[in-house]
Amino acid sequence: MIAFVTYKMILVLVIFTITLAIAAYSTYAERKVAAFLQDRVGPDRAGPFGIFQPLADGLKFIYKEEIIPNVSNKLLFVFGPCIAMLTALMAGVVVPWGDTVFIGGKEYSLQITDLNIGILYVFGVVSIGVYGIMIGGWSSNNKFSLLGAIRASAQMISYEIAMGLAIIALVLMTGTLSLREITMQQAGGLGGDWNFWNVVYQPLGFLIFIVCAFAECNRTPFDLPECETELVGGYHTEYSSMKLGFYLFAEYINMFISSAVISTLYFGGFNFPFMNNLGLDHNMISIIGTIVLFAKIVFFIFFFMWIRWTIPRFRYDQLMNLGWKIMIPLAIFNIALCALISLYINR
Amino acid sequence: MLTNRSKVVVKKEMNFWERMYLPAILSGVVITIKHLLRRKATIKFPEQKREISKVWRGQHVLKRDEHGAERCTACGLCAVACPAEAITMTAAERKKGDEGLFREEKYASVYEINMLRCIFCGLCEEACPKEAIFLTDRIVSTDYERHGFIYGKDKLVEAVDKRIDVTVRQTPEVLEFKKHKLLSHNR
Amino acid sequence: MTLYLFYFLSFVAIFSALLVVFSKNPVYSVLYLIITFFAIAGHYVLLNAQFLAAVHVIVYAGAIMVLFLYVIMLLNLNQESEPHKSNLIKIAAVVCGGLLMTVLIGTLRGASQVVHQPGKDIGLVKNLGKILFTEFLFPFEVSSILLLAAMVGVVMIGKGEDNSVNR
Repeated sequence: MIAFVTYKMILVLVIFTITLAIAAYSTYAERKVAAFLQDRVGPDRAGPFGIFQPLADGLKFIYKEEIIPNVSNKLLFVFGPCIAMLTALMAGVVVPWGDTVFIGGKEYSLQITDLNIGILYVFGVVSIGVYGIMIGGWSSNNKFSLLGAIRASAQMISYEIAMGLAIIALVLMTGTLSLREITMQQAGGLGGDWNFWNVVYQPLGFLIFIVCAFAECNRTPFDLPECETELVGGYHTEYSSMKLGFYLFAEYINMFISSAVISTLYFGGFNFPFMNNLGLDHNMISIIGTIVLFAKIVFFIFFFMWIRWTIPRFRYDQLMNLGWKIMIPLAIFNIALCALISLYINR
Repeated sequence: MLTNRSKVVVKKEMNFWERMYLPAILSGVVITIKHLLRRKATIKFPEQKREISKVWRGQHVLKRDEHGAERCTACGLCAVACPAEAITMTAAERKKGDEGLFREEKYASVYEINMLRCIFCGLCEEACPKEAIFLTDRIVSTDYERHGFIYGKDKLVEAVDKRIDVTVRQTPEVLEFKKHKLLSHNR
Repeated sequence: MTLYLFYFLSFVAIFSALLVVFSKNPVYSVLYLIITFFAIAGHYVLLNAQFLAAVHVIVYAGAIMVLFLYVIMLLNLNQESEPHKSNLIKIAAVVCGGLLMTVLIGTLRGASQVVHQPGKDIGLVKNLGKILFTEFLFPFEVSSILLLAAMVGVVMIGKGEDNSVNR
């Protein structure tokens, strides 16, 4: 029992640290990618190539003066960023970060817990995440913040539906909600057993899912909650110091988690092509698998940034039209299509 | 029509392919990724300096003559000439024994240029009858405070042992001007 | 362990449910209601119905309450703008509440204790799906028609009547 608890604790701690580190370096990567896509060099003063920029940013956030508006609802004002951060960090629990490893004859899974409702858990946590923004925006007692919060909630609810419908099509195909089982079904890939990743079978679902993931993470082109041309800073207008840092950080953690979920659901998770043909032992494959998973995640984070610096922001009515009139019917069509095809195949 | 550059906006219905967003997004994405590995336009300033023209006008210098005495007599012509009103000065009379420090009987006890106002037009240099003020090829450095940009004599007057070369931007016109008879007292 | 968790969750659920009613600020009410929903989701987990717990959180806490909060934030309710409630309405409210309580007590008195069968976990996805589509197929479909009717109604109301006047 104690051994089990310590192993889980260590795993939690490691994943927590990695999540924070990746989120921190996402801020650096964001600035670097932005700079490179715009023919600039980006931050390069703190350390070689500006490697220590996240540390400098973090220190700055901590040392900045903390302002809590007098007319704000102080308790909720503090709760807002806490909830945003908490929910962002919670979603990583069910993601399988790797296959099992054998240490001293015992099998250890590189997943904190394999819930049988895995993907629904992620959904639940994400849907709670909007409260961080809403509470923060409302308690600031500022019209811009409130508008940002309202935009965020409306946007998240609209796109959550399409996202859920996209997942239903996937679940129809896989027959399970557990992220681990979904990953295991995609094992092998190219090579001996021609078993493809889900994206091959679910291209439309993947497209809907990734668009909705952009909207859920409040990333450009759907970053209307913090649209600076219209709303100053959106829901975090009144925030300063580390509380603002928490909001920004939560956004990057969300991005990391959604990249992980996309990789797991549609791109085989920790599986890589020819994994069973290399003649490596199980531990080795697991370790390479984890590295491959992180490579996929890094690619998707880059993709998020790449899109951000390519596409301008949608107008709000365009956003709603896209969500309700295109994404949801498309997702329903996708479900019907998948149901028909699976019915045909199973017969 | 004054120019032929204006374009008539055509507001035609987009066809299905265009309304799909995705092809347009895809082409945009391709454009941005092409820029990823392109040569960067940035010049990393303190280490790397942009090439400047020969007649480039930068931070001012108040010259000394060949004996090390300040040339400026606080006549105020530069302040009058300055279109940005960046120059202020206070004149003072030279004391006995200061002949080595100041060239004429009158000198500027305070001479300030506000670098935030200065537009580096070089009119002060042109106005100066004593060849005392020159614009050099040095760049005015940044500061965190406004008062850091008000350059006094400590920053403007060149050091006796570290003269600043102003000949770089002495164009033929300037040299011609110096040959003028009226200004022979300068030499 | 499970028993203590049950007591804790029940306490949280009832306490925050009471706060929903008693707090002056409607935004606080909504937030307490969300906490109540979480406590109830915890109860579902204790009954080994993780699917129901997750759906409960997604649908109620994650979507419906967001809309509640959305509307309340936009309305900006405060003491000054609170409409005056006449005594008649108060009496009617008490009578309605009392009737509801009598009905609830009446049904609960007649109900027998359902024994929890460990082998038959209805809350899990597979079992729930099977039961919904075999035993409870008719109520399930009827409820979906109810939702459809509600949706059509919303669209009708949302469209408005005076389309021609405005344009």
